[in-house]
Amino acid sequence: MGRKRGAAFWLPLAWITFVVLCAISASWLPVPSPDQIDWDNLAVKPGVAGHLLGTDTLGRDIASRLLFGARVSLIVGFLAPCIGLVLGCFAGVIAGFYRGLAEKLIVGAIDTFLAFPRLVFLLVFIFVLGASLSNLTIALGILTAPSFARVARANTIRFAGREFVLAAKAIGAGDVAIILREILPNVLAPMLVYMLLVMGFVIVAEGGLGFLGLSVPSPTPSWGGMIAEGREALDETPHVSMIPTAVMFLTVLSVNLIGDRLRGQVDGRESQL
Amino acid sequence: MGFFWGKFVHLVVVVLAVTAVTFVMLDLLPADVAHEVAGQSATSRDVAAVRQELGLNDSVAARYGRWLAGAARGDLGTSLVTRQPVGEAIASHLPVTLELLLLAQLFALALAIPAGIVSAWRAESPIDRALGSAAFGLISVPSFALAIVLIYFFSLRLKWFPAIGFTPLSEGAWPNIRGMILPAVSVALVEFASLMRVLRGDMIATLREEFILFARAKGLPTWRILLRHALRPSSFTMLTLLGLHIGNLIGGAVIIETIFALPGIGRLLVSSIFSQDYPMVQGCVLIITVGYVAVNFLVDICYGLLDPRVRKEGSVG
Repeated sequence: MGRKRGAAFWLPLAWITFVVLCAISASWLPVPSPDQIDWDNLAVKPGVAGHLLGTDTLGRDIASRLLFGARVSLIVGFLAPCIGLVLGCFAGVIAGFYRGLAEKLIVGAIDTFLAFPRLVFLLVFIFVLGASLSNLTIALGILTAPSFARVARANTIRFAGREFVLAAKAIGAGDVAIILREILPNVLAPMLVYMLLVMGFVIVAEGGLGFLGLSVPSPTPSWGGMIAEGREALDETPHVSMIPTAVMFLTVLSVNLIGDRLRGQVDGRESQL
Repeated sequence: MGFFWGKFVHLVVVVLAVTAVTFVMLDLLPADVAHEVAGQSATSRDVAAVRQELGLNDSVAARYGRWLAGAARGDLGTSLVTRQPVGEAIASHLPVTLELLLLAQLFALALAIPAGIVSAWRAESPIDRALGSAAFGLISVPSFALAIVLIYFFSLRLKWFPAIGFTPLSEGAWPNIRGMILPAVSVALVEFASLMRVLRGDMIATLREEFILFARAKGLPTWRILLRHALRPSSFTMLTLLGLHIGNLIGGAVIIETIFALPGIGRLLVSSIFSQDYPMVQGCVLIITVGYVAVNFLVDICYGLLDPRVRKEGSVG
């Protein structure tokens, strides 16, 4: 409980807090707009002409683009796993609680979905419904649902046979009440920790899509898109790609470190039961 | 035998389901294929003729049935854009993806096995901590970001490898492999990290076993105990993970293939989706899914062979 968390927990947490605050306050910070072009200072190094982190090959302020890009990464990185968690939890708990035919169908659907080429799903989804932040979030959320469903099902099966569930059944509680009051609170703890690991994955996936030019539509900056844009002039001005790469790495690393530490604690608590 | 049979049926069902879902999804796309094929100057009668010729007036189910019947005979149709048979196009792109996949797995294993052994043998030592931190860092790097950093240092600064481009094997083995090294390393470094962590965990458990103590008591040299006695029983989970990596990589190397301009399956798939070349997309999806499912099937079978309890569980559930 009162276990020491150490620098490997607090430093990542500080970084994430910093990124979140930056993303929220991006509009009020004294930086140029992310698509404002400074013709006199194309691809300048950090610190030149009032550009804290320099400009990209089109003369746009990198710091500003990072701030606004952080919004995309964080919104997708947080909301998509939430969608996946809700969908996955629903399917997984039903499969694990009722077993039988429902479980067979849901497990079959999960297996099919996992074998489905992810990129085809994302591309077709975005083609049909249009490229926007919300569609991107929903598509990535649906993609993460099967793995959440697996975790939910495994944990539901583990708890469904426990004495407190049997006790609830014995006093005549309905299925819905049992699921909501007995199963869900227990299943949710490991799922929330797992969500942190999925967040890292989603931020990377969004970056990959941005890199291919398939994330949010053009004027809105995204970290993956920034890395891809700098690739053209990697030899002369490496900072255009390297700065967003470093920011993305630190963010994903932080999320993973926090998730890893919390998972250790949840596992530790389970083993004490 | 029931275990294998059950798994096999499951495999076929998954492939059918995935291809059917792809068919329906492609059908949802707003563009009119017949318009695209007939060209800019086509009259509405031309378009109608093309539609008739391609069988687009039939229902999705009928078209899927026809595609399936063709696929069962080995005929995946022809590309709407290049008029090239889909099977041929896939056959020319698949070797590139497979080479990338093979090299990447070799690099990943070549790094993960020594690193896993050392960090298990010297668990909680500074060297184990350092390797563990490196692995954790690598897991957090997207492979495309890693590729950019590798290109910057090894292609642009040191000029050891070409930055992009693919040289066919017919122009010599070394130029071909030289162009594949950076893409393979970009994939391998991320995979190495997870393989190493799994091997370390299993190996630490194995090293506590009595037969290891016995081997020590016999006075065998440490390297022999680690390599001959401990490695084999510790490598099952790692091999499972390797199978999953391979299964995902068949269609999942799109970004790496794009960065390094490698003509693999992933790029073929993406360009086909963009040009709305449905027969090509369908063919790529089939190959990717069959690859994914087949690798998982092999992994399941290996598990069943190694541990009879899995077989029994499989036949119940």
